[in-house]
Amino acid sequence: MSDNVNTGIQWRPTASNDALIKRARLLAQVREFFALRRVLEVDLPVLGEHTVSDPHLDSLSTEGSQHYLQTSPEYYMKRLLASGSGPIYSLGKAFRANDRGRQHNPEFTLLEWYRPGWDESQLMAEVADLLLDVGRTPNAVAQRVTYRDIFLATVNLDPHRASLAQLVQLASDIAQRNMRGESRATCLDLIFSFEIEARLPPGVVFVHDYPECLCALAQLGVDDQGETVARRFEVFLNRTELANGYFELLDASEQRQRFSEDNRQRKIMGKDNIEPDEKLLAALDAGLPSCAGVALGVDRLLMHLVGAQHIDEVIAFSS
Amino acid sequence: MANYSTNEFRSGLKVMLDGDPCSIIENEFVKPGKGQAFSRVRLKNLKTGRVWDRTFKSGESLEGADVSEQNMQYLYNDGEYWHFMEPETFEQHQADKTSVGDTALWLREQDTCIVTLYNGSPLAVAAANHVDLEITQTDPGLKGDTAQGGTKPATLSTGAVIKVPLFLNEGEVVSVDTRTGEYLNRAKK
Repeated sequence: MSDNVNTGIQWRPTASNDALIKRARLLAQVREFFALRRVLEVDLPVLGEHTVSDPHLDSLSTEGSQHYLQTSPEYYMKRLLASGSGPIYSLGKAFRANDRGRQHNPEFTLLEWYRPGWDESQLMAEVADLLLDVGRTPNAVAQRVTYRDIFLATVNLDPHRASLAQLVQLASDIAQRNMRGESRATCLDLIFSFEIEARLPPGVVFVHDYPECLCALAQLGVDDQGETVARRFEVFLNRTELANGYFELLDASEQRQRFSEDNRQRKIMGKDNIEPDEKLLAALDAGLPSCAGVALGVDRLLMHLVGAQHIDEVIAFSS
Repeated sequence: MANYSTNEFRSGLKVMLDGDPCSIIENEFVKPGKGQAFSRVRLKNLKTGRVWDRTFKSGESLEGADVSEQNMQYLYNDGEYWHFMEPETFEQHQADKTSVGDTALWLREQDTCIVTLYNGSPLAVAAANHVDLEITQTDPGLKGDTAQGGTKPATLSTGAVIKVPLFLNEGEVVSVDTRTGEYLNRAKK
């Protein structure tokens, strides 16, 4: 371009005009979808005193005042739910340090919503409705498959019952290095990310009933085979991970334990200690209504709608 | 050497893996919805030339490899070693058959080439993309063949054998592409 000849500075947007128009339309469609269903939009801080303790998430922090850019609006939303907000959604920016790749930008747009009184099965149906509504999803009918069944079908291992040695063996084969000493959770994540995800059926696929060690903030349940499972689901659109949902953990003491367990992990990984969010814990003590919640990557969805290969193509100005 | 974490892995970064110096070709960041993130890394082993795919947990690190590339002048071959000189410092380095490899076919004394140094010793040698070499042996050219596309084998001063057009004769100098071993054109002596 002629304007780059003089300075060489790449000042133009990374997204095309067409992508920006589709982004605007998608945001409007999402808001309309929830307005019709009487789910309240909540506009929440992106700069907060506290941040998640999840050892696999790195927050960006501000100098001086030592605040954190939020990795998701989850803690604020749970405080709203505990104070009786009813169903709510947030459509805004979230930040994760060190996440950069074809499908990751450190600043991204996250749609997160909570449904008091619902379980994860009802919420999965609503996610499917939303995807159908915003259009151009290749298969109108969303498929559901359990984590166990997709594992069995793809790598012929039962993720709940396979021994750690079996999981380490398969993970080592995939990683091309010795994964001995790694946890069950790490091996399962590795096998899923590299071996299973790419072989999922096309279209919208819900994977649910996760192994207990991958429960994150989901309640535990028992499946029809008597196995303890995490009541968590992930949504894949054409083999790309799009959303992650839970039948939410309500127990304040469990959450407290989770904070200290996370910090123990963080210490091993050489990461900073994260102070537990006492306001969240107090809200959980007061009582979070039984609810299901899900967070969906809007940029990923937009990549699909636009046919983009890289997230930069749907973000006006990528980081 | 410094350690590099997966989020510093860039194409061209030189790292140590399984005791060998490697160059990173690609680094793909992969992360499940919740949980451990990974880097799938494609590396080239600089000793063997083999390409490896390895997966690392995000945050794992590899030791940097003391590898650098330098332009050097090729001096001579003593029968066992090839000798090179750094143009500014006049420091000399000797490279063995393993590190010189097929590049030996394109090395003309006093030509500048690229020497990859690992811990200060030559690991690999690359000739310039185009070199001019003299034909030392070829069958006599045939008159009237200049317009046709026929070729014949010719031996060059370095021992390399390439295909050249029929009209070229011994003593002439030709330009060769060292990456493909193909004749490019007749060069001025």
